[in-house]
Amino acid sequence: MKRKTNLMTWVDERLPVSSFIKNHLTQYYAPKNFNFLYFFGALAIVLFALQILTGIFLTMHYKPDALYAFASVEYIMRDVSFGWVIRYMHSTGASLFFVVIYMHMFRAIIYGSYKQPRELLWIFGVLMFLLLMAEAFFGYLLPWGQMSYWGALVIVNLFATVPFIGPDLAEWVRGDYLVSDATLNRFFAFHVIALPLALAGLIFLHLAALHSVGSNNPDGIEIKQTKDKKTGIPLDGIPFHPYYTVKDLIGLTVFLIVFTAIIFFMPEVGGYFLEHNNFVPANPLVTPAHIAPVWYFTPFYSILRAVPPIFNSQFPGVAAMGAAVLILFILPWLDKSKVKSIRYKGTLYKKWLAAFVLSFLILGYLGTVPSNIWGQIPSFIPLLGGLDLATFVARIFTIIYFAFFVLMPFYSKKDKTKPVPKRVTS
Amino acid sequence: MSKKHNGFDKDRRKFLLTATAVTGAVGISAAGIPFVTSMKPSEKAKAAGASIAVDTSKIEKGSLLTSEWRGQPVWILNRTEYMVKGLSKMEKNLADPQLKVTSQQPKYCQNLTRSIKPDLLVVVGICTHLGCSPTAKLQPKGDMGDDWTGGFFCPCHGSKFDLAGRVYKGSPAPTNLVVPPHKYIDEKTILIGEDQKEETL
Repeated sequence: MKRKTNLMTWVDERLPVSSFIKNHLTQYYAPKNFNFLYFFGALAIVLFALQILTGIFLTMHYKPDALYAFASVEYIMRDVSFGWVIRYMHSTGASLFFVVIYMHMFRAIIYGSYKQPRELLWIFGVLMFLLLMAEAFFGYLLPWGQMSYWGALVIVNLFATVPFIGPDLAEWVRGDYLVSDATLNRFFAFHVIALPLALAGLIFLHLAALHSVGSNNPDGIEIKQTKDKKTGIPLDGIPFHPYYTVKDLIGLTVFLIVFTAIIFFMPEVGGYFLEHNNFVPANPLVTPAHIAPVWYFTPFYSILRAVPPIFNSQFPGVAAMGAAVLILFILPWLDKSKVKSIRYKGTLYKKWLAAFVLSFLILGYLGTVPSNIWGQIPSFIPLLGGLDLATFVARIFTIIYFAFFVLMPFYSKKDKTKPVPKRVTS
Repeated sequence: MSKKHNGFDKDRRKFLLTATAVTGAVGISAAGIPFVTSMKPSEKAKAAGASIAVDTSKIEKGSLLTSEWRGQPVWILNRTEYMVKGLSKMEKNLADPQLKVTSQQPKYCQNLTRSIKPDLLVVVGICTHLGCSPTAKLQPKGDMGDDWTGGFFCPCHGSKFDLAGRVYKGSPAPTNLVVPPHKYIDEKTILIGEDQKEETL
């Protein structure tokens, strides 16, 4: 015991290990009223580590070359010892990463965690969401299957719709006149080093900002405002370690049960996590009958399809899709409500939020199916006759999606809020 | 049994903490198995490393055939009677004539000729020093000097081996050349890569 203390003192004089553990774990006070929605931040960190770990081992066997990529993935699946486990962990991890991040963002939205003083924390988060989407998109090309190829082709062609510089921009992204070996090679570089590195940096900033302002909570009350007069410890705070480390371990256990169940029993999840067409090698001459992105992109893909071309340009659709993500950045300044948490907001806000969640889910569903799935609107209806019904529905919900944000300054101000208690409720 | 301090049962706590930590450690180590195992030679590499059959009927007395097994040259030397006789006179020149380093040959080649049949030597043609492939200098004397009785000479760092692949004293190579696992599937065909079973000896 004595030797241990001496060693710690020796280290502490050179590196602030003990004080770091105190400031960020054992004497970092988090609100005591976290519910299950607060698991998802910790789960996202674990998934990030897992994706890095499995990614490193996949890289040992994968070949970023158009001639060998597809075969090397099959090689991993069939010949490399336990290669299938590692690959399924990576592919399932990618999809679950989005489940976890969407829940994490939903949590932040309903409890007003983006509001003052946590605007930067939120902005770093949205930036990471954007990079995560890029990371997933680049990674999806690597197996060099039909969906990889045509998905990348369609997305890169979106850049071509940008007025004036579009075609040159798309060519620059591809490094060729079509999606080719050059594209695969650079996407590999982005996927395995550039974006993970940027994400790691942003995770650091996200956590640094979090620990500077402290966690929000389901009541949206600042626990730092009510401190013990003697000790200066927030009365509604408990040390992160051991209370939340242990609680997060329980959440992690439940998560791992789901994660492993998917890996071992349904790794493709019926074509949602790994699309069927991606088990066919990329063929630049044959387009699959139905191209759909992986499920986590479908709400935004629906918005892209819903917006009609204007002046024969597809750009408005592309711009709308981009805006659907980018508008999250200014959310902290759109919300004029006096209270943070949904618990003390009025019914007007709750109705808008419900409409937003519904539109996100419906747009997500519509993005997975062909736009003619529900047939056409009968031709006797003026203006809309002949239009695909699903496209019409997607347009309605696209409008609702944007209205949630654009009208927020008005309805959040008008909303009748309830009085917020001084202390968190249990 | 358990002592209570301020309402906390410390022994119970310690037990739970240790149990959790041990279970977690076991779980994490188990999860590590796929990762570590995935770095081993894959099924494809194993298939490429499978055994090869070599027909020895075409190798003339006193000459050498080089075949490939696991990407390495494997020599099959058909020694003349004179060459075999000479092996027993080499002892004073060799570093390990008694084959004390047993890892360099399978049990069934732990003999004077280091082979199953006295005349046919099967040996991996990779110098045990730094992995160069030695040159065959099968004839006595010549550019190897008047004392040379035939063997192999590594051009990289000058290691010398006799006609049974045994290393000369003073060579940089520490051990004899490796005799790979092999067996006769018929009178004239050697299967390199599989051990001869005990009962066929």
